[in-house]
Amino acid sequence: MTFADFIITNAPALLIVVPLFAAFLCPVIGKISTTVRNCWVMGMMLITAAIAFILAYRVFATGPVLYVFGAAATNLAVPLDSGGIPIRIIFMVDAMSAFMGIICAIVGVSVLLYSLSSESRNSSLEGYYTLFFLMIAGVFGMVSTGDIFNFFVFLEILSLASAGMIAYRVDGGLAVEAALKYLVLSTLGAILVLFAIGIYYGEYNALNIAMIAQRMQYTMLDKIALVLIVAALAMKCGAVPLHFWTPDAYSRAPSSVTAFLVVASQASLYGLFRVVFTMYNVTMNCVTVGWIIIILGVLSMVVGVTMAIPQKDIKRLMAYHAVSQTGYMLLGVGVGLAVLGNVALTSAFGFMAMEGGIFHIFNHAMYKGLLFLTAGAIVYRIGTRDLNKMGGLGHTMKYTMIFFIIGALAIAGIPPLNGFASKLMIYESVYLFNPILAIIAMVVSILTLASFVKVFHSVFMGPQLPEYAEVKEAPLPMLIGMGILAAICILFGLFPQPVVDMLVAPAVHALADQGGYIASVLGGA
Amino acid sequence: MLWNLPFITVVVLTLIGLVTVLLKKNIIKILLGLNILQSAANLFIVALGYREGGVAPIFTLAPSELMVMPTPQALVLTSIVIGVATSALVLSFAMVLQKKYGTVDIDKIRRLHG
Repeated sequence: MTFADFIITNAPALLIVVPLFAAFLCPVIGKISTTVRNCWVMGMMLITAAIAFILAYRVFATGPVLYVFGAAATNLAVPLDSGGIPIRIIFMVDAMSAFMGIICAIVGVSVLLYSLSSESRNSSLEGYYTLFFLMIAGVFGMVSTGDIFNFFVFLEILSLASAGMIAYRVDGGLAVEAALKYLVLSTLGAILVLFAIGIYYGEYNALNIAMIAQRMQYTMLDKIALVLIVAALAMKCGAVPLHFWTPDAYSRAPSSVTAFLVVASQASLYGLFRVVFTMYNVTMNCVTVGWIIIILGVLSMVVGVTMAIPQKDIKRLMAYHAVSQTGYMLLGVGVGLAVLGNVALTSAFGFMAMEGGIFHIFNHAMYKGLLFLTAGAIVYRIGTRDLNKMGGLGHTMKYTMIFFIIGALAIAGIPPLNGFASKLMIYESVYLFNPILAIIAMVVSILTLASFVKVFHSVFMGPQLPEYAEVKEAPLPMLIGMGILAAICILFGLFPQPVVDMLVAPAVHALADQGGYIASVLGGA
Repeated sequence: MLWNLPFITVVVLTLIGLVTVLLKKNIIKILLGLNILQSAANLFIVALGYREGGVAPIFTLAPSELMVMPTPQALVLTSIVIGVATSALVLSFAMVLQKKYGTVDIDKIRRLHG
């Protein structure tokens, strides 16, 4: 077996192993010198991203990839002597997982590149990069695992690493306060997930998602488990009414980390969709659960944007917009779920709504990451995050301004940027489902635009302020990090159709097709 | 009735834990509440794995009877380790907050708002 074959065969495992290896060797390598450490983290991140892309290519070209840890063959989920029960830990990378993996890889590379200079003023960065790689490993683990308990473990790895990252700059205790809030809520959520896992195990004697899905009866206990999991994961992805940790955590974390926390929240969103679509699917009452998700989505959209408008802290404002944008994803996918049992409606607009919601996950990670990185660049150069104290930065920080405009127009859904592409799909399909929901979604978009016009005006416009006369453009690595995300925003906005056909549609079909998932794990069931 | 005793304990522990987390103001007590909740979840999973008359699954010495599936115990071990990590992190946050704010009362730690 050649080296390339080895990489391709073991890609799902390497996706976790490489970041963990990078994380725990980072403190040792940091002892040599800062340059060596920077090369190490950047190199390892590029390797991880390359593995994610290789894996994604394989998934999109040839179908789902199953990886069974410790088995005789990597695709042997059910050992021959086990009586038909998959006892090993498996990774099941289907198109949806690969899609999330791509998001994590792209944002991970840009954020790491950005942190090389944004964090360079601080000491003891070994801990920073260690936690960063743990977050990467947590996200990749959550999106590729095929085992519900394993999902819980990666969820906790991600929560602990994220809490450490949020508290990383103590900031007079403020960051620690935000991190404490996040950690207590995450732990509470994780315990709920653990109870649900106990219920599944007691009922079906299985932890394998496919096995549970196959045996799913939708009894009273399953309803309780569903409620526990939906509540925990909706909180982790920052949906209203459990969103109150989001503005604190997003605004107090270092800006580079905030851009990645967006991806971390979306990994929880992925978990929510995976449980609802793959484990329950049509056995449950799709209309009720779909409407619950739609209502969560609409509430998030409206409350998020109305809370964002009066904010004076630039990162807090953006954090409320993140809550609001999460609402669009929940709305799109919720509509898809509500009509899941009905073939005619699903093909009429259900799939399109889900495609819009899932495509919005990707777009949101790109433009929101970009906006948080530009906010970080501004705070890095002028040292304040109060919008009232900023002004006239357009004279000196020209590239940052351009990137900000791209991000702001994308989040407001202005053509030809990527936010427009996914929002248009959501509007069109949701309008067929229920016109009022589509109108709410459009109004929220307009309010988003209004809010970002205000931010743009108070940060970049106006005469140059004397106290910021010495302000320089952000350093080159930060600009490259932002540039990658901005380029993707424009590219995906100009050519949305190939992206939808190649990435989003397979992901949505993989998510909706419960039988396919079960068959690819348990083999022809 | 006696059969259900572990599950009744789980319910009682869950209630105690939830009330502690929701009503107490001291960070250390909130952490204790979280730990009680964690124990409830662990007890739940271990109790599910109990089989009357089962034998510990040690292949070399076990008599050739019905062996217990060791998965629940393995899950709980993992969950205990995660619980330790969480407790350590919460305690270290409490230490920093005590240093910076001079209190661990969450009603007084309220500088983030809006």
